[in-house]
Amino acid sequence: MWLAKMAWKNIWRNRNRTAITMSAIFFAVILSILTSSLKDGVFNNLVKNVVGFYTGYVQIHKQGYWDEQVLDNCMEASPKSINQILGHSNVASIASRLESFGLISSGDLTKGVMVVGIEPEKENLITSLKNRLVSGGYLLNEDRSVLLAKGLADQLRLKVNDTIVLIGQGYHGSTAAGKYRVKGIVQFGSPDLNDKILYMPLTTAQDFFSAYNMITSYTILLHNINDLSSTASEIRASLGREYEVMTWADLLPNIKQHIASDSNSMKFIQGILYMLVCFGILSTLLMMMIERKYEMGMLVAIGMKKLQLIFLLVMESLLTVLAGCFLGIMASIPLVYYLNKNPLKMGGETARAYERFGFEAIFPASTDPGNFFNQGLIVIAFGLAMSLYPIYKVIRMNPLTAMKQ
Amino acid sequence: MDNTVIDAHNISKIYNQGTFPVYAVNNVHLHLERGEFTALVGPSGSGKTTLLNLIGGLDKPNQGSIIINGQDITKLSANELIDFRLHNIGFVFQSFNLVPVLTARENVEFIMQLQNKKKDEMQTRVMQLFKQIGLEDKMNNRPSQLSGGQQQRVAVARALASKPQFVLADEPTANLDSLSASNLLDIMAKLNAEENMTFIFSTHDQRVIERARRVITLVDGKITNDSAPTKTTMEIQSATLVK
Ligand SMILES: Nc1ncnc2c1ncn2[C@@H]1O[C@H](COP(=O)(O)OP(=O)(O)O)[C@@H](O)[C@H]1O
Ligand SMILES: [Mg+2]
Repeated sequence: MWLAKMAWKNIWRNRNRTAITMSAIFFAVILSILTSSLKDGVFNNLVKNVVGFYTGYVQIHKQGYWDEQVLDNCMEASPKSINQILGHSNVASIASRLESFGLISSGDLTKGVMVVGIEPEKENLITSLKNRLVSGGYLLNEDRSVLLAKGLADQLRLKVNDTIVLIGQGYHGSTAAGKYRVKGIVQFGSPDLNDKILYMPLTTAQDFFSAYNMITSYTILLHNINDLSSTASEIRASLGREYEVMTWADLLPNIKQHIASDSNSMKFIQGILYMLVCFGILSTLLMMMIERKYEMGMLVAIGMKKLQLIFLLVMESLLTVLAGCFLGIMASIPLVYYLNKNPLKMGGETARAYERFGFEAIFPASTDPGNFFNQGLIVIAFGLAMSLYPIYKVIRMNPLTAMKQ
Repeated sequence: MDNTVIDAHNISKIYNQGTFPVYAVNNVHLHLERGEFTALVGPSGSGKTTLLNLIGGLDKPNQGSIIINGQDITKLSANELIDFRLHNIGFVFQSFNLVPVLTARENVEFIMQLQNKKKDEMQTRVMQLFKQIGLEDKMNNRPSQLSGGQQQRVAVARALASKPQFVLADEPTANLDSLSASNLLDIMAKLNAEENMTFIFSTHDQRVIERARRVITLVDGKITNDSAPTKTTMEIQSATLVK
């Protein structure tokens, strides 16, 4: 206890030095919390955008479907499986889809389309399709009408209430053909989707493809995205080998890779930050050890155990690092919350690219408490690792040599 | 009762300066009894500091044995020596004895805290010592708020606080003006008398030498003379006492 008191007094013996160390830690903590909160926030936002776009966080298919995406690889819509999936506590809702290709014609124009049969209300929960309507109305379950992507409609010069003809190959080689009314036009940022997607109610699609009661995928909405992979493995385990359970990372490996490489450059930046902290702390420790060399030699000469001296020095480091860290975390909490509520806006090309894909061009900060905690701990760990230097010096110290001036 | 405090036999300390071995301490025998007030004198480089470091357990001789409190300290490890010094030897260095962030009082308490002394025991001892060194009113001052002489007096108090076998002081007055030096010697002599504390100090200040009751002279690492101060020095000493 008296040693802790002495450590406290020693911290204030050289206010400038303590101020330098503390502010190095203070700013490092703020910056590293900020970078990791922004990193998480931006990635979550990106994933939310991409995933909410079309794929969903988790999809379930018949085993082998993803490698060979043909109608014949569809599966039976089974209430039993649906209930089994809904049984997982993290699953919020499920939407079934039946997807395949077809040809759409209007007048003398014909184009290839992706036909997606959906459960309108459930689909809307996951991909907010209703919000993409630019004209007309949204689908109802039993409608024999379709939603057309804006690009496709423009190319075919189609408007709401026009009629289209759809042909294609149905289930098991049957022929599919039908005439449908255009009920609405939806707009996508991604040209990929905007030029070739067509939605119709699931039952209508099953009828069109002669794939009665069949679907190609379940798309799943989760309560908590942070538990994504554990939920996916739980579902995988419960459904068995007959099905493939894929997360957005499996479905969109490019995005995953993009995030991973961005994440690495963020880690690199943080690494540099940590190194700066270490140098800051180490240089003040070096100064301190030189300044107090005689005194420490004297203390050991009169009978202070080296362990006690080490305790004193580590205590001093710990108090300084903890104080700097605490202040840094305190200061970064309002900052991060502010940047969460008022995200930074992207500028220039990036912003336009984002917006073209229908993403919000913003950098929201994640308020995940884990970021504060982890970055705080990392900086404390680095700070304490630096006090290995004085420990080493004390262990090797000979009081007589230390007192030689 | 055995009154031996230090019993050093045949101790030598050899430094290799280039190709020449230098005998900083050369085959010295030293016997110190309880209550002695002994000066170690000799020209600069004669080995005073080296000899004090050896008997203070801060350095190891190349040969010989040093028995303190029944223990041959040349056989102890560096860590055992730290503990030995804490409980058996009081140190007063030439300067910078005190921890700057602690008050005078805390500096004296420090050594007893290292010894895990009880709070009330510490309290009484500190009060007693500050009374003896005449600095009761400066107890709560930081070292920087004390004069050099006052700092040395606090260092003497700290050396005695641990109730050591003896107090060892290497040129304790070297950085003091003559009045402060004489003051410090007064206090050391008083503590020597009141607590029967053994003192051994090195100096080359003639006025300090005259205050000693035994003077050991070192030349080139060897003891060349070991006696009470001469008659003239005794006269000066009594004159100061009368004054
Ligand atoms: N660490 C050392 N390395 C080499 N020589 C030393 C060392 N310490 C002392 N000496 C030598 O030992 C001799 C005695 O030195 P010292 O004990 O300091 O004398 P004094 O205290 O009487 O002035 C001197 O010749 C000095 O140069
Ligand atoms: Mg000397």
